[in-house]
Amino acid sequence: MSKTPEKQPGDPNTTGHSWDGIEEFDNPMPRWWLWTFYATIFWGLIYTIMYPAWPLVQSATAGVMGWSSRGEVQQELVAFQEANAPLNAQLVETPLDDIAQNAELQQYAVNAGSAVFRTWCAQCHGSGAQGAPGFPNLLDDAWLWGGTMEDIHYTVSYGIRNEESDDARYSQMPAFGEILEEDEITQVVQYVMSLTNAQTDDAAAQAGAVVFADNCSVCHGDDGKGDITQGAPNLTDAIWLFGGSQEELTETVVYSRFGVMPNWDTRLTEAQIRAVTAYVHQLGGGQ
Amino acid sequence: MAILDKHKILETNATLLLIFSFLVVTIGGIVQITPLFYLENTIEKVEGMRPYTPLEMAGREIYLREGCYVCHSQMIRPMRDEVERYGHYSLAAESMYDHPFQWGSKRTGPDLARVGGRYSDEWHVRHLRDAQSVVPESVMPKYGFLENRKLNGEYIGDIMAANAVLGTPYTEEMIENAVADFQAQADPDSDFDGLLERYGDKVNVRNFDGQSDLTEADALIAYLQMLGTLVDFSTFTPDPNR
Repeated sequence: MSKTPEKQPGDPNTTGHSWDGIEEFDNPMPRWWLWTFYATIFWGLIYTIMYPAWPLVQSATAGVMGWSSRGEVQQELVAFQEANAPLNAQLVETPLDDIAQNAELQQYAVNAGSAVFRTWCAQCHGSGAQGAPGFPNLLDDAWLWGGTMEDIHYTVSYGIRNEESDDARYSQMPAFGEILEEDEITQVVQYVMSLTNAQTDDAAAQAGAVVFADNCSVCHGDDGKGDITQGAPNLTDAIWLFGGSQEELTETVVYSRFGVMPNWDTRLTEAQIRAVTAYVHQLGGGQ
Repeated sequence: MAILDKHKILETNATLLLIFSFLVVTIGGIVQITPLFYLENTIEKVEGMRPYTPLEMAGREIYLREGCYVCHSQMIRPMRDEVERYGHYSLAAESMYDHPFQWGSKRTGPDLARVGGRYSDEWHVRHLRDAQSVVPESVMPKYGFLENRKLNGEYIGDIMAANAVLGTPYTEEMIENAVADFQAQADPDSDFDGLLERYGDKVNVRNFDGQSDLTEADALIAYLQMLGTLVDFSTFTPDPNR
């Protein structure tokens, strides 16, 4: 068993505890540590005076700095609004087709529009605007309701087939399951497939051409190239919103399908709508 | 110092140390928590807040059961990027009828505090069935089975009664009519006047999942479609100094 070392001269006092003969020096805290400790207490007090802290009877002290998290976010929102105000005003005043001619304005519109798109449009049209079955791809040259700045602006503002806006674009394909015989539907599907050089039954497709001329050409055109004034898709470009297989086309003809787009004029500002219009227009398909 | 020497009594007596530690924590807790119950500016009064309808309450229960809160928060913080993306920052009053609140602490998916009315019902159906079909980069699991699980609202009155005990102002009339209101909200051809009378004209009444049976998908979508829509921020300006 080891012996407890003798206390040397100059050693500090011990705490008086003794564990199995082991004793503990009672050293004071290092000076730097102690002063840092006091400084943090002082800082804490100052902090509660500067910022909201102490609960009183009715409310808490507001702090002499007048800071609040709500005030801060409000200030920041206003600061950005004001900083962008001249550009937004210019965006609203400039005729839609002239925006692209002003490089600075176009750059602003496309960047702002990209942010608007990712916040409000990406959920249906995809984060890269590539679309999804039932939701149009905005990167290609196919437009249901037209791809000029004016057309896109109208579509974004008022939407398509929604119930909220009286100015929404509207058209509705009839469900031909109730109008045509089963044979005729098979034939017309074969004809539509033949327009894009898909494998088809020639005899049925020829018969389908007659059915098409009688029933479909009013909206989709004699040549099947569609009509953007009524949102009738071009059937000859092999771009399919709801699928171009025989089963999918049959379902579309029998039950008819179409999408709905909300109107954005009540949710976004005119500058935001114009910005997202410019963004979508420059994605590749703009006319 | 004399008082510091007394501290030795505590340090050398485990039971006494425990009792005094508990005292210190209690005082700290009282100072921090009690004011929240009486300070007038903790929960500001806002117009438009109402208890969940029976169908929305069922949707909320499904939201909890499926652990949606693990990936989705319902709390828009007062920061510019969040306000720009999700809408007005959340108010404490907007969670006042949530037991427990669904603020969450992790966003693998987006915040849902104001998801109501942002997408169509059909979008929600497709998204629940297969999230990747509408958002290719999503990692959300598939919840299509909700459409196959029928609900009749049998126990919803009990859940509402339990919430009433916790302070949600459900009246006896609301609890008595729970099953009727539950079924009426998902059926636009039903007589839903009573539902609107009890919960307000803004209640969404429609067939949420687009199929004839009343299913868990109806309830969940009804819940999602009302989230964050109760307070009308065009007429309400929060006090900036809260």
